[in-house]
Amino acid sequence: MDVLVYLIPIAIILGGIGLGAFLWALKSGQFDDMDGAAERILHDDDEEPKPAE
Amino acid sequence: MSPDGASTVVAPGPAPGVTRAVPVDDARTDASLADGESFALGSYIRETAAGRHALDFMVEGVHCGGCVAKIERALAGEPGVTMARVNLSTRRLAVEWSGAPARGSALAAAVEKLGFGLVPYDPVRLADADKDEEKALLRAMAVAGFAAANVMLLSVSIWAGHFQDMGAATRALMHWFSALIALPAILYAGRPFFGSALSALKALRTNMDVPISLAVLLASAVSLHETLVGGPHAYFDSAITLLFFLLVGRYLDRRARGRAREAGTRLLALRAKAVTVLSPDGTRRALPPDQVLPGMSVLIAAGERIGADGRIISGASEIDQSLITGEALAQSVGIGDQVFAGTLNGSGALTISVTGAGEDTLLAEIARLMEAAEQRRARYVALADRVARLYAPVVHGLALATFLGWWIVGGLAWQPALLIAVAVLVITCPCALGLAVPAVQVIASGRLLRHGVLLKSATALERLAQVDTVVFDKTGTLTTGTPALTRDPAIDDASLHLAASMAGASRHPLARALAGAVPDAPVAHGVAEEPGRGLSLQTATGEVRLGSRSWCGISESDDSGPELWLARPNAEPIRFGFSERLRDDAEAVVAALQARGLGVELLSGDRPATVAAIAGRLNITCWRAAQSPADKCARLAELADAGRRVLMVGDGLNDAPALAAAHVSLSPSSAADLSQTAADAVFQGARLAPVLETLAIARRAGALVRQNFGLAFGYNLLAIPVAIAGMVTPLIAALAMSASSIAVIGNALRLAGKPRKNEGPR
Repeated sequence: MDVLVYLIPIAIILGGIGLGAFLWALKSGQFDDMDGAAERILHDDDEEPKPAE
Repeated sequence: MSPDGASTVVAPGPAPGVTRAVPVDDARTDASLADGESFALGSYIRETAAGRHALDFMVEGVHCGGCVAKIERALAGEPGVTMARVNLSTRRLAVEWSGAPARGSALAAAVEKLGFGLVPYDPVRLADADKDEEKALLRAMAVAGFAAANVMLLSVSIWAGHFQDMGAATRALMHWFSALIALPAILYAGRPFFGSALSALKALRTNMDVPISLAVLLASAVSLHETLVGGPHAYFDSAITLLFFLLVGRYLDRRARGRAREAGTRLLALRAKAVTVLSPDGTRRALPPDQVLPGMSVLIAAGERIGADGRIISGASEIDQSLITGEALAQSVGIGDQVFAGTLNGSGALTISVTGAGEDTLLAEIARLMEAAEQRRARYVALADRVARLYAPVVHGLALATFLGWWIVGGLAWQPALLIAVAVLVITCPCALGLAVPAVQVIASGRLLRHGVLLKSATALERLAQVDTVVFDKTGTLTTGTPALTRDPAIDDASLHLAASMAGASRHPLARALAGAVPDAPVAHGVAEEPGRGLSLQTATGEVRLGSRSWCGISESDDSGPELWLARPNAEPIRFGFSERLRDDAEAVVAALQARGLGVELLSGDRPATVAAIAGRLNITCWRAAQSPADKCARLAELADAGRRVLMVGDGLNDAPALAAAHVSLSPSSAADLSQTAADAVFQGARLAPVLETLAIARRAGALVRQNFGLAFGYNLLAIPVAIAGMVTPLIAALAMSASSIAVIGNALRLAGKPRKNEGPR
């Protein structure tokens, strides 16, 4: 059962990384436009809006 | 082909004597628009970095990803644009460019040219508290979800350990790990509930959040105590899972409400259009309607909506009052006539002297009527809130009785008695109740959105489901609002052809309908138009006239209806009658409503003869004509007093108070802005069928909500006795809670999956 001492923290840390990634995505505005994101993938051409010169 | 096309053909070569000066009008409209833009935009442009500027707009008319791509591509094609992004959820556009701030109006014009309406807004001032709250809920949900998953993992081991002789030390280790994850997560993710419960208690009230907070906090405290003394049962998983489910429900609810409110504010903002004021020195300025003062001179271009009440001082035209009065026929006006804000100018440019603006207009009067009616309706309490009011005291009473019962009567020590009471609190906690309504609402509103119906009020679905009477407005709702020529076999083809070719030169609605009836008639050259009266054409045999009775020298009669007369030398004048065109599926929709046992009524501001004809064609027996906005409200109040739940469908400004007064209301997206603001939901498209679809979906949603409440109560009836008996272990609590939540969500999803029976081609 000693292995639990490693495994449980590892499980929690992995979960924590996922949580951190979600919070980062939320903060960087990726959840601001859920409807738009669903539609954007259907746009044919991937032209950049405009290269930032 | 279309009447529009016909008039464009003739526009480049106006014959001498044509009073309608197209190029001048158009130039002036453009100039005033440009003025309006720079006037309006200046204060909204922000400098984001050196030489870079940004603007935010609310966009009207964006419905799908295609519109998004169109706008973004158009802006990307403009030189200097560094970023252009449309948010489809909120219908907002953010654009950033490098260069002079003045470029902003050119960029706005580029988007407006595509046919989208734009209104700038200040993101700082509109920094919605709701949006932040929504994000905070999402963050709390993520934390609770993370903690719930990890604690559940540990709990499963503990439960398995109960059957497989897990050592007390290992179990204690698991409990400690659970506590380590759950307690901080509960303190963080529970804040939305704790805050609301605290403020309710401070005001000596109780709401749904009080039993939730109590259950979560007590369960955590008792579990911590169990962990400290090395007891067998800890409820950390129940507490955190409960929070997670409730946060999901709360988030869905907030999103549905936020969307409804956003739709409202957008409509409100799009309402304010600039008015072109003519200064005494001859210069033009664009002013917001509320800054226009009586006595000012205001220019109104052909085809423009009038922004202030006033008296005409120059020009002649015809005024489409259909949005104000419901009358389909445009009125001819000339110098000295009164015009009202909100009406639509016809073919001639006008200058008016303002008699009333802002709060003094007929429009504002209608808005006041509407507000009064809205206040009455605001008293409606959603079903979920009514349930919640009953729920909290019952749950608290049960838990307290359980505690006292086991402690005093049952002879247990207070700690185990409290543990049982906490189990009662946890198991009765409104997981299923909290999810039952939001899940159905989100799915239903998403489905309506796909059918082009935008819900603006969070309780609209519930009210729509109760409807037993539908009241329609006529012009623009049952009919398309555009007239169509009534074919009269007595009229010979040659006369019709001549009239149509003359009519092709005019933009008057009746003329366009006449020209549209004979698409292959060439547009006659040399037609002169007297705005508001008629057309004339010099031919070899003399002057041919097409227009009103007086224009053609025929005596007036009361019972005329929309008509045009054709007078030729040495021939009897010919009358062309027009009738309104019904929406394509109006008859089918009215029949379907009647077949479902709903009462259908028609309230119109138009003249009795016209209304009777339409009511007859649609088989509506109960109709009233010549109704003022106040009359319509009175009729709705009468119906409400008789215990009827009325759905009002209307588009005109004159309907706005009635829309606000009705139990629930719908308006087409072609409606006056004020009416769209007043209505609970807005539907798009030329068909009336969304009314049926909305009612059908609302009824199904209502049934599902009631079923979900039934499921939740059934679950409680089973679970509460077990909990009071002290037989609920953390494992049973977890199973019961999850099962009930999954049951209500699964039930709600049936709404999304079931194909609709009455789906027609779109």
